[in-house]
Amino acid sequence: MIPIADRDFVSALCLARAGLKVDPEKAYLIESRLSPLARRECFSSTEAFIDALRHEVDDRLAWAAVEAMALPESEFFRDHRVFSQLAEEVIPVLARSRGLEPLRIWSAGCGTGQEIYSLAMLLADAPGLGKIELFASDLSERSLEKAQSGRYSQFEVQRGLPARMLVRHFEKDGESFALSPRVRQMVRWRRVNLMDDLSRVGQYDLILCRSALSQLAPEAGARVLGGLHAALAPDGLLVLGQNDSAGKAFVRAAPDMSLYAATRDAARSVA
Amino acid sequence: MKTCLVVDDSRVIRKVSRRILEDLGFEVAEASDGVEAMAWCTAVMPDAILLDWRMPAMDGLEFVKKLRAAPGGEAPKVVFCSVENEIEAIREALDAGADEYIMKPFDGGIVAGKLDYLGLLA
Repeated sequence: MIPIADRDFVSALCLARAGLKVDPEKAYLIESRLSPLARRECFSSTEAFIDALRHEVDDRLAWAAVEAMALPESEFFRDHRVFSQLAEEVIPVLARSRGLEPLRIWSAGCGTGQEIYSLAMLLADAPGLGKIELFASDLSERSLEKAQSGRYSQFEVQRGLPARMLVRHFEKDGESFALSPRVRQMVRWRRVNLMDDLSRVGQYDLILCRSALSQLAPEAGARVLGGLHAALAPDGLLVLGQNDSAGKAFVRAAPDMSLYAATRDAARSVA
Repeated sequence: MKTCLVVDDSRVIRKVSRRILEDLGFEVAEASDGVEAMAWCTAVMPDAILLDWRMPAMDGLEFVKKLRAAPGGEAPKVVFCSVENEIEAIREALDAGADEYIMKPFDGGIVAGKLDYLGLLA
């Protein structure tokens, strides 16, 4: 584990450079963000890399470290109750209402894939819901690349992933854990900037957008919500993060989770 | 207050685990191997047990099998905490009666996540 003095240093660096709060207690997070960077920059260890930062060898490295720490934290089954509600209640109801049509689910802002893979594992374990198509998108090519590889570090597979899911769906491969091809192949990936016109990304019955909004300024968030509204199929549902606000275009569809349906606009309610 | 028994032959690991668990609101007891842990559990069953694998006297695997066969021994949530990180080893621990599994090295976030998943955090 990275020594606490090094973690304190990284935390202070992020605060000074970007006003970014990094909890020095989160050893796993600092390790998992900085060790790939240290390897890429040809350092023998993460500690050696942090040592170079401390001695201000190269300012570019300091910024690269801050950027790596600034990526949103991603974990399997984040807020695990949301996933059991989706798998046990929301998805079966939606699937029934779609009949023979495939149910289309989109993880918008999927990061390194933990959210959509969590859902994929649940669905793989509960066959019989009919045909379900899983899509995932992110702005970052690097995140998408990692997501598609389905390879996670020991720290990452311990964040939110129940041990029984780990033994059922992963194989050890060197130092990493590789998700089974069966689950990986359930997901289709593409790069999408949520700020772009989303009327051309297709229509989805269930959209998960649980981490992007909290990182956006209010105007940008409103624009993204407008886009998601356009991409939501009639009677489709949207899942946001716990503290996100859905705005006027959506109404809450469940009392105990951040599940929303599109507000029927005037034209539609008249028709 | 919920109770957690930390079973590990390393005093350093017991100290680290104690700090994490106390921060999460647990009352913590310590044992240095399976025999000592079994003596604790016979007196009073804890709510949770953080259990090392490789220990002298009685190892974690033997302990969890004995615990599950003992009166009231199905109640505690048992979380293995070991350097063993092969899938087969983890499966063996779960099959023997463990509820969850942590691979060392670990941190407070991982422990909190596992205990929350097992319903032990209010």
